[in-house]
Amino acid sequence: MQSLEKIKKSIFSLIILIFLIISFFVFKFALQKEKIYSPKISENQIFTDFEVVGLVEEKQINFSEVLTGKNFYLINIWSSWCEPCKDESEYLLELKKNTPVMMIGVNYKDNKKNALNFLKLYGNPFDQIFIDKQGTISINFGAYGVPETFLINEKNKVLKKYIGPLNDKDVYEIKNITNN
Amino acid sequence: MIISQLGYYSLIFGLLTSIFIFFNSSIQLKKNNLVISDKTFSLIGFQFFFVLISFISLIYSFIISDFSNETVYNNSHTTKPLFYKITGTWGNHEGSLLLWLLVLTGVLLGFIFKSRNEPNSYRLLTTLFHQIIVIGFFIFVLKTSNPFNEIFPVQTEGLGLNPILQDPALGIHPPILYLGYVGTSIIFSAALASMISNYVNKSWAKNIKFWILFSWIFLTGGILLGSIWAYYELGWGGFWFWDPVENVSLMPWLSLTALLHCIVTLEKRELFKKWTIVLCIITFALSMVGTFLVRSGILNSVHTFANDPSRGIYILTFLLVLVLLSFVIFIIYENKNFAQKSEIFTLSKETAVLINNWFILYFLSVVLIGTIYPIFLDVILDEQISVGPPFYNKLILPFLIPFVLFMSIGPSMKWIKTNFKFRAKSFFVIVFTMVLSFFTVYFIGEKNIFILLLFIGFFYLLLKSLDQLREKTKNFAQIFSHTGFSLLLISILLNSFSSREIVKNIQVGESFALKNEKIIFKKIAIEKEKNYESIVGFFEILDDKNTIINLQPEIRIYNEPEMATSEASIKTTLFKDRFITINIIKDQNFFNVRYQHKSFMIWIWISTLIIMLGGMFAIFRKNKEVNI
Repeated sequence: MQSLEKIKKSIFSLIILIFLIISFFVFKFALQKEKIYSPKISENQIFTDFEVVGLVEEKQINFSEVLTGKNFYLINIWSSWCEPCKDESEYLLELKKNTPVMMIGVNYKDNKKNALNFLKLYGNPFDQIFIDKQGTISINFGAYGVPETFLINEKNKVLKKYIGPLNDKDVYEIKNITNN
Repeated sequence: MIISQLGYYSLIFGLLTSIFIFFNSSIQLKKNNLVISDKTFSLIGFQFFFVLISFISLIYSFIISDFSNETVYNNSHTTKPLFYKITGTWGNHEGSLLLWLLVLTGVLLGFIFKSRNEPNSYRLLTTLFHQIIVIGFFIFVLKTSNPFNEIFPVQTEGLGLNPILQDPALGIHPPILYLGYVGTSIIFSAALASMISNYVNKSWAKNIKFWILFSWIFLTGGILLGSIWAYYELGWGGFWFWDPVENVSLMPWLSLTALLHCIVTLEKRELFKKWTIVLCIITFALSMVGTFLVRSGILNSVHTFANDPSRGIYILTFLLVLVLLSFVIFIIYENKNFAQKSEIFTLSKETAVLINNWFILYFLSVVLIGTIYPIFLDVILDEQISVGPPFYNKLILPFLIPFVLFMSIGPSMKWIKTNFKFRAKSFFVIVFTMVLSFFTVYFIGEKNIFILLLFIGFFYLLLKSLDQLREKTKNFAQIFSHTGFSLLLISILLNSFSSREIVKNIQVGESFALKNEKIIFKKIAIEKEKNYESIVGFFEILDDKNTIINLQPEIRIYNEPEMATSEASIKTTLFKDRFITINIIKDQNFFNVRYQHKSFMIWIWISTLIIMLGGMFAIFRKNKEVNI
């Protein structure tokens, strides 16, 4: 009787132990899984069907047409009044030089003169720049503010989302993803 | 700059002190030299002091906007009002962990101070176990989330605090919640210590009950503040969303509540020893799970400050180590030290407590499953689902009815054995409950037998709790918290059935109607504040008696970081809140106006306060005989 009780107990302990360890690994995988959270984006798919206007030549174009012909696109939301954007520009320039990514800038709630000045001062890392006077385009992307950067692939899927300025680690990560 | 250095080195000294205390107390235990000397005591004091210095230096860096500090740079801005500069200290991952550490070392100091008359082996062992947690968190802070990282070149301006966190209720929500959350750590350490030193008995129960009540009160308060914030700041017009982050605070609350009832039984009858220990461990594990889920970025919400997997993995591993440690200790000492009394089922208070525990544990499992099941599913099957209110309503509501019935009769039972006599008085209570419930259901116009049953259960609990006020030996702690709980349930139910809302897109000058009220959109105005600009809508509400109520909802556009938030305007009365929010629509001419009648909102807050008050009674009456 006593031993039966004992066996019961050890089986019970074993079950709890196994459950704990399984939970540990599930959580561990959950952590390593990519989590991109943005309220406006459904299933990490970026919404592209809207018109945008270029910063330099003020031509209107559908954003989905912009996203053609490349494997990766980097959308960077920036502004001339944004302090951290200044630091970020060297990283963006480096990405432009060393990756096959199409660099798209979204100029957030800015005026044209200041924006162009900013590019002259800190360099222009972008292949194309669009203006977002009202901040609505950024909302479509599900952005929080400036600077913010999205790495998307040819299927318009958001691979990475960086809130705040990019840093060395992020640049390394982007290079790794896009150069493979 | 120097202040940051001071904070950083102070943290390192804190860690060194912890390691020293750890070894010191192990040596003392080994030598069987069981005195808590002044040295150990003052070391624990020093440890707290070091963390305090570090915390104050971080606050100071925030106040003077020292942007050479990365945490300050990321989360503050010179234009922020002083109050939000200070609360910004814990409005981010690094700072909040420092607060966590402060509370963690603080509760140990409090514990050692309050347990002067307990056996020293128990106190030393508690210190030892607590140091494991403290060291773990010290390393976590220093290694993965150092609040004193410097950035170079020094920035002239910071990035600002998330505007939705710039709110008075949220300013004090983290410290209060943390006192509750982290308070459970001392329960955990003490439970392990009491098991090893064979001290799981009446006096232990008396000693640890204070800390259980302490955590429970603060956790309740913290949840309440978070809920109030969600109600008027998020502008959703609700108070509970079954959001995973809310759930993780509810889970330790539930197990603390179960524990609270157990510990009294242990104190009176020396029953449920093992079960109490298990609950102590579960409670702490749940609050660690909460920290892990919220801080790792597995769940995303306003509480997720940064998605850094290395942090998550650290907490996760640490959690596993602690749980395994307690598991092993439990298995080893379970048979050694617990000569189990036979627990016989009789009609008694013990049985009532046990049933209460079963129910609470059931609710706890529902919440737990609802919270982590989506994560499991996502990992194993790569499928994303979200578990919402219908799941919880279906699984929890039906069981609330028997739960509250037991809760109503439990307190009037006696320890060991109760002889139920049917009195005329009980009959009156039942009749009165019925009348009240029928009237309420009729009044809100829900002709549904299930709702009626819910009301009967809740009102019965309310009346039975109030009825105890007539007894000779009143237990205010229990009366207050049970009354508060029944009021809470009633208000929630009334709130969900008699609230109304209307959403309209209108221009300035237009109006619309809800029931017998006319809502007129008078004008808009633009106001400039220090850290934001706001668009204020002026609304007039006219009811059929022609009384005018003015409401002024706002849209605030914060400058740093640039972000728009919607500020609800709420007029609270005893029976309903009038709640209005506006949002801009793209073409700017129209405003999206949402007007709601939220019934009995204020009662939800009041009843939660009454519940807390019950806990406070229990703390202050601890010397007298207290039943549950």
